[in-house]
Amino acid sequence: MKPEDFQLLSDLLKRRSGLQLSPEKGYLLESRLTPLARKRGLEGLDELIAEIRNTRDETLMRDVTEAMTTNESFFFRDNTPFDLFRNHVLPGLRECRKDRKHIRIWCAACSTGQEPYSLAMILKEQQATLPGWRFEIVGTDLSPKVLDKAKQGVYSQFEVQRGLPIQLLMKYFEQTGEMWQLTDQIRQMVTYKEFNLLDPFDALGKFDVIYCRNVLIYFDQPTKTQILDRMRAQIPADGTLFLGAAETVLGITDVFKPVRGQRGMYIPADSPALAQPAAAIA
Amino acid sequence: MKCCLVVDDSKVIRKVARRILEEMNFQIMEAVDGQDALEQCLQEAPDVILLDWNMPVMNGIDFLRSLRERAEIKQPVVVFCTTENDMAHIRTAMEAGANEYIMKPFDREIIEAKFSQVGLM
Ligand SMILES: C[S@@+](CC[C@H](N)C(=O)[O-])C[C@H]1O[C@@H](n2cnc3c(N)ncnc32)[C@H](O)[C@@H]1O
Repeated sequence: MKPEDFQLLSDLLKRRSGLQLSPEKGYLLESRLTPLARKRGLEGLDELIAEIRNTRDETLMRDVTEAMTTNESFFFRDNTPFDLFRNHVLPGLRECRKDRKHIRIWCAACSTGQEPYSLAMILKEQQATLPGWRFEIVGTDLSPKVLDKAKQGVYSQFEVQRGLPIQLLMKYFEQTGEMWQLTDQIRQMVTYKEFNLLDPFDALGKFDVIYCRNVLIYFDQPTKTQILDRMRAQIPADGTLFLGAAETVLGITDVFKPVRGQRGMYIPADSPALAQPAAAIA
Repeated sequence: MKCCLVVDDSKVIRKVARRILEEMNFQIMEAVDGQDALEQCLQEAPDVILLDWNMPVMNGIDFLRSLRERAEIKQPVVVFCTTENDMAHIRTAMEAGANEYIMKPFDREIIEAKFSQVGLM
């Protein structure tokens, strides 16, 4: 690929989604965009690039951006962030929010829905211990395609076997042919919205917990910093942030601190928990 | 090293499962049907059993029911691994005392996910 073509695409992706594409990952353009070119009746990537250059067609640039995102997700991915939610965050909120009895969670790049639905199942399992509480889970993603799948809540046999305990499959899924669909009671707990993390967060409202997992990893450092700094403003001082296993705040921002011994869990630097000597940070 | 008994009448499946489980650091025993598996468990119980459903002589569900009745056997974790992929079979298996359930086809990722579900990893 010509350097100016690579530049055109990597600028476009950076601007529209934050995705930072290093030249070594250039092969991904070929493999992910060629099918898109064919779908539009073009011969290949070169023609697609020419069309972008000549038309700056909004739908095309959107499709290119969407095609370049990595959407992999699975239920209870990495386990720990969900165990921590069940065993630490939720008991904490039960105390701190006992007057309001309302918890809002944001899955900030929710892809096909496994992450918000994992949290919904945890909350459903705990509901008996939280009578009269309201839970709101908001799942957002850049890609309308993954959000459609998330809303349907229909997963393949392979997808329901990665991370989902069989007891939860029995309790919260219905089989439709080869596929498995989440029951209405779980699907209704999650609201989905198309949303770009590069845009202002204000309209989303405030949250108690944010899951922003396996998305910052694709961004450059200034983009990570500005997103995390703005996320801080969306949660109160006693809120919680979860990042993916390969992500961290260290060296990126000072507004969040890791919680010692709790992998992937971060709290605001001014969290009341940090004022207590027992909860020393890493 | 934990020991896994692979119970399946298909030689190919036993071979594939053995390869995956050895990579996961399990010691492997093999049985060709439920009767064979029960005899082996009476000798020396494994930590976990990967269990097919449809087999000649004694099928998986009958084996599981007899296994769970035998107080003298140190009870292993049982993970079904079968082409029976409907809710009715899953419920029957869990009611008979299975700990997890894999619907074939399986791969290493699924076995690892299911084994970690039941605290084996
Ligand atoms: C690998 S998935 C992560 C899914 C889930 N959080 C998990 O950890 O399993 C990454 C998702 O981030 C989305 N994404 C990428 N850039 C984004 C942006 N700028 N704004 C919102 N979502 C974005 C992609 O569409 C993709 O669905």
